[in-house]
Amino acid sequence: MSLRSPLGRVLGLGSAKDGTGHWWAERVTSIALIPLTLWFFFSLLLLPGLDYGTVKTWLAVPISSFLAMLLIAVATYHSYLGTTAVIEDYVHAAGVKVLSLLLSRFLYVLFGGASLFAILRVAFGS
Amino acid sequence: MPVRVRPLSPHLQVYRWQISNTLSILHRLTGVALALGLVALSYWLISLAGGEEAYAAAMRVFASKVGLFFLIGWTFSFLFHLLNGVRHLFWDAGYGFERNQRHASGWLAVLGALGLTACVCLVVWHGLHT
Repeated sequence: MSLRSPLGRVLGLGSAKDGTGHWWAERVTSIALIPLTLWFFFSLLLLPGLDYGTVKTWLAVPISSFLAMLLIAVATYHSYLGTTAVIEDYVHAAGVKVLSLLLSRFLYVLFGGASLFAILRVAFGS
Repeated sequence: MPVRVRPLSPHLQVYRWQISNTLSILHRLTGVALALGLVALSYWLISLAGGEEAYAAAMRVFASKVGLFFLIGWTFSFLFHLLNGVRHLFWDAGYGFERNQRHASGWLAVLGALGLTACVCLVVWHGLHT
């Protein structure tokens, strides 16, 4: 006789293993992205020009660099969650699936990290 | 282990094409497009940190015909994904499932995104020529 409860025996055995956390994180990040993306979009549109000096001066203002870093972090995570779902839905061959999931994870960390580092360099000088 | 050919349940081909599934597909497509946009944004930020010459080179890429095509595509993708995303959030909260509401919000999302993209293009074009 096993002492494990019926629920304990079946948890994690479904075809998807998990999902609620992924789904919920997608919604939470999407709500955060509404103000962040609109701020970024309108800031760029309202700048007098997109030349080097204007953009660098704007991004070096603490509130701009801070919000830009939040935008990159949240957008990267949201995008990672989305493409993960796309890969899981359409890539069926086991090896290719794991490889593409792994590759996308590395690429998101690479490009997200590079963006954050670039903003820090603009904010604090190089 | 040999792969057995098993019968499959009816898939996409048996359903009538309509605005709901079209926009669902478009939501995914624009999402994937925006993922590529994040790479372009990364390139732009790195060039800004890299100095005046690197930034000028990046801006030449974005101002080229291909660059502009992608920028307009990303603008539409962003606006549509935003509007349709809000539509999804309303659904998640349990609102807007009636047939006429679904269709109206769908058309609002896609036509709104097209209209706003045109507005952005006009504003930028106006800014460049004054």
